[in-house]
Amino acid sequence: MEQGEGLGKLIPPLANSDYLKQHQNEIACLIRNGISDTIVVNGIEYDIPMEGIKNLSNAEIGNIINFINQAWGNNIAFKSPVEVDRELENCE
Amino acid sequence: MDILPQQKKSQVLNKKLSLCLWGMILLILCSCAAEVQKTSLPIIGNRDFVDGDTIYHTIPSFNFVNQDNQAIDKSSFENKIYVADFFFTSCPSICPKMKAQMLRIYHEFENEDRMSIVSHTMDPVRDDVAKLKNYADKLGVSSKRWHFLTGDKDQLHDLADDYFNIVITDPEAPGGYDHSPYFVLVDKKGHVRSKCNGTDKDEVDEFMDDIRLLLNEG
Repeated sequence: MEQGEGLGKLIPPLANSDYLKQHQNEIACLIRNGISDTIVVNGIEYDIPMEGIKNLSNAEIGNIINFINQAWGNNIAFKSPVEVDRELENCE
Repeated sequence: MDILPQQKKSQVLNKKLSLCLWGMILLILCSCAAEVQKTSLPIIGNRDFVDGDTIYHTIPSFNFVNQDNQAIDKSSFENKIYVADFFFTSCPSICPKMKAQMLRIYHEFENEDRMSIVSHTMDPVRDDVAKLKNYADKLGVSSKRWHFLTGDKDQLHDLADDYFNIVITDPEAPGGYDHSPYFVLVDKKGHVRSKCNGTDKDEVDEFMDDIRLLLNEG
């Protein structure tokens, strides 16, 4: 798990994850509000709910996203604080 | 002002050097001694003395069901040692790290009939049998070796105390519960013999040594 590989079929990987690349605009809301839908990551279904973490500030969420996007061999573009704020304002 | 003659100075310096040297030798000896292997495990917890007998802290009886909907109580672990922890399936904070470490223990002792793993949910309202079954299946583990237990919430939370784990319902905490990350090793008599921080790989490595030691106790 330390290398972003996830855990079995319980927790999806963050390293080299197609879901992370394709859902960049939803990641901020996902961290804050969690997710209980089934998602498919790199061809595998994951259905264990993830709780949101309500007490993180917008800036903290932005830092986490930018860390994840550049960690474990990931190379996803930098997300600006303005983008993070806008996404968090428009969470479903 | 410098009042020591040159010769005296060099004597003081020599003395300091030799003290340093002895200090280093002592340090090396200490660190060697610390690496000497444990030969037995203590019994952890409060103890009473009744009529000259020592009464050790013992895990009380309990009644839960596991992920296969089988009733599980103390007799399920007769002649077995087990490792216990507390978690819930939607726990966002330390549980994933704990489960990754417990999975290491599971694989290390996968063929060891004399040992079980017991994970108690602290959130039985959401974690019913079906949820736990799905969780265990997704983790890829067998109920022969690893029980996921649910049941009465008060009983689960009270029992956490006996395993030296703190469980507090806290709406402000991530996922709704504050809890401690300890893995607890219980012997055949229900005595706690070792515990470790289940998020810390190095502590878990030492904990696995303790499991081997307890298995050898017979």
